[in-house]
Amino acid sequence: MSLHTISVLVEDKPGVLTRVAGLFSARGYNIDSLAVGPTEAEGLSRMTIVVHVESKSLEQVTKQLNKLINVIKILEHEPGTAVERELMLAKVRAKGDARARVMEIAEVFRVSIVDVTKTTLTVEASGKPEKLEALRELLSEFGIVELSRTGRIALARGDRGIREKGGLRVARAVGAEDSPEWTGGGV
Amino acid sequence: MKVSGAQALFKALEGEGVDIAFGIPGGAILPAYDPLIESGVRHVLCRHEQGAGHAAEGYAWATGKVGVAIATSGPGGCNLVTALADAKMDSVPIVAITGQVPTPAVGNDAFQEADITGITMPVTKHNFLVTDPGEVAETIREAFHIARTGRPGPVLVDLPKDVLVNETTWSWPDQVDLPGYRPTIKGNMRQVVEAAKLILEAKRPVLYVGGGVIKAEATEELYELATVGHLPVVTTLMARGAFPDAHELCLGMPGMHGVYTAVTAMQKADLLVAVGARFDDRVTGKLATFAPNAKIVHIDIDPAEIGKNRRADVPIVGDCKDVTAKLVAELTRRQDEAGIPDRSPWLEQLAAWRAEQPLRYDQEPDGPLKPQYAIERLRAHSDGDTIVVAGVGQHQMWASQFWSFEKPRTWINSGGLGTMGFAVPAALGAAAGQPDRRVIAIDGDGCFQMTSQELATSTTEKIPFVTAIINNAYLGMVRQWQELFYEERYSQVYLSYDVPDYVKLAEAYGAVGLRAERPEEVDAVIEKALSVDDRSVVIDFRCDANEMCFPMVPAGASNDDIITGPEGLQPQDDPAEAPIA
Repeated sequence: MSLHTISVLVEDKPGVLTRVAGLFSARGYNIDSLAVGPTEAEGLSRMTIVVHVESKSLEQVTKQLNKLINVIKILEHEPGTAVERELMLAKVRAKGDARARVMEIAEVFRVSIVDVTKTTLTVEASGKPEKLEALRELLSEFGIVELSRTGRIALARGDRGIREKGGLRVARAVGAEDSPEWTGGGV
Repeated sequence: MKVSGAQALFKALEGEGVDIAFGIPGGAILPAYDPLIESGVRHVLCRHEQGAGHAAEGYAWATGKVGVAIATSGPGGCNLVTALADAKMDSVPIVAITGQVPTPAVGNDAFQEADITGITMPVTKHNFLVTDPGEVAETIREAFHIARTGRPGPVLVDLPKDVLVNETTWSWPDQVDLPGYRPTIKGNMRQVVEAAKLILEAKRPVLYVGGGVIKAEATEELYELATVGHLPVVTTLMARGAFPDAHELCLGMPGMHGVYTAVTAMQKADLLVAVGARFDDRVTGKLATFAPNAKIVHIDIDPAEIGKNRRADVPIVGDCKDVTAKLVAELTRRQDEAGIPDRSPWLEQLAAWRAEQPLRYDQEPDGPLKPQYAIERLRAHSDGDTIVVAGVGQHQMWASQFWSFEKPRTWINSGGLGTMGFAVPAALGAAAGQPDRRVIAIDGDGCFQMTSQELATSTTEKIPFVTAIINNAYLGMVRQWQELFYEERYSQVYLSYDVPDYVKLAEAYGAVGLRAERPEEVDAVIEKALSVDDRSVVIDFRCDANEMCFPMVPAGASNDDIITGPEGLQPQDDPAEAPIA
């Protein structure tokens, strides 16, 4: 079992999130994180899904996702082939000595303090998931009042986009005809 | 041209060539039932929405066209769910049209409101909630396109009442634009070449034929592939009739209650060429010991089926018709050069198994009526065009085993979902779609009681068919499992032979009711039943309750451990070894 990041380009239609999420639960796969938002193209949304499965199950996940009518394209990000980022907000207890130490940590991590109260500091951090994890670990020492993370988003490295043909390793049907029209969805 | 959403619905259905729809009106769908009166669509008024759904399925199975079911909001749509799930599992193209509460009321727990698109999401290929009357025509067009193309399946279109009532300008889209839906039709030629090579190398090949061959209308190509390559054929429960049973290359049905030769041939094969089949657990038995020495060529239009249960050595994604035709051409070319491999040892082995282990049962002249005998006699009195419909259970297995099929689309049943109550409404739909053909539902007494109300539909709509109830007074397959795996501790399986009185029930519905209790009565009753052509007929075959369905591979067991008859049963010592469903 390992973590896999996949980008899913979907039509921005009602119920798409339910279809995708329902597929994961119906097939018994756990979503580690899911982030969704608009894209460069009107009418299309992009989901970044981090899923904890074996490689063989991942193949089933992507094939089943491909079958959803509203799914346009799927991209599996191999480790190291994508820029992956996440945003985190953490409200940390910071009274007395702790205040300066929290601010020092924020400085070292080059993250911002975005809200200040007499007893807390709210830290805004973005970056690779590992960096956020390290930061969270350090901040937890002071006591985290609440924490919110966006889940991972990712773009493949290189000059091509997910909507362009070729170039990217797109989750696709084994044995399918190599066809220039093949865009990857539906059965 | 200005039309209401409801008028647009029927113009769109006519545009899709729909000639018949099965349904029941109700509050939210009422506006659609008004323009129905003037439309070219014949509406068959069913007695239960589940019946309408299965009728649409039966129509689709028998004709290859998309079946249509109509229901109202809330309970109407909910009652369609079983039929939709059934159609999803068996890849049956149907379109369900449901009414919905008016858009301003959606989400307010209005009277007869149910989130039917939410409810049916996992059991449909796709579904739509239409919120604008201007989108009705386009949505119907897309729904039919999705239902019938690629791997076929059920699609639901939910229409709020105001969408049906409000006006729009009629326009019929020239083409369907679904950027996320591009099924792969053409098989990769490089893969076809690899498949042909494996076939030529194989010493013990088996063609493992599934329902996809019938869906793709690929039975002629399949026949060529089998005969050109001298390849023995097994036809799964979904594929009965895809290849003629009487052909010397036909080994019959594989699987849990499959023919010994079909099951064993797959186990001993060195190559399985799976065409439109999905390595279902009822076929493979214990997956780890299934066909252990076989290489796999897997042809399917659904890439997700390939490698799902069994790794394929040569995967080919594409329409079975296209791929099989290419494979025939490639194999022919190679055989013309290199000659046809000598497969006589394998074919002789298969012939020997067939002679040693035929399907068998004992009908003693003075003994109780055996279900297999009733089915064999029904077949003897019927021609190869007869359409046979079954539900799920012992009767279904016996029908599949003992009916000799000649043609595709003459066998209709609930395979994947195993839906009790499927047969009667599906037979209604089949008879509506093929009015010139004889339709016989072979049903169990338990199954029959779940949907027998559609006999009323049959009578009032003048859509006759024959129902042969294999009445063994029990939920027979459950009883068989309790006998074999629960130490004969029978729990909640007895139904009774005579409650209801099936003859009187048939007559109450305006059908002809007949009964046979002894083997010598069977022929006369069948002759009488088949002489009626203006009404439905129900035959109550009172059969031996103790008869079990063999061969059998217990659930979870290896196909090597097939039990061919009652004498092969071993007592189950360890309860932990008891099979799970």
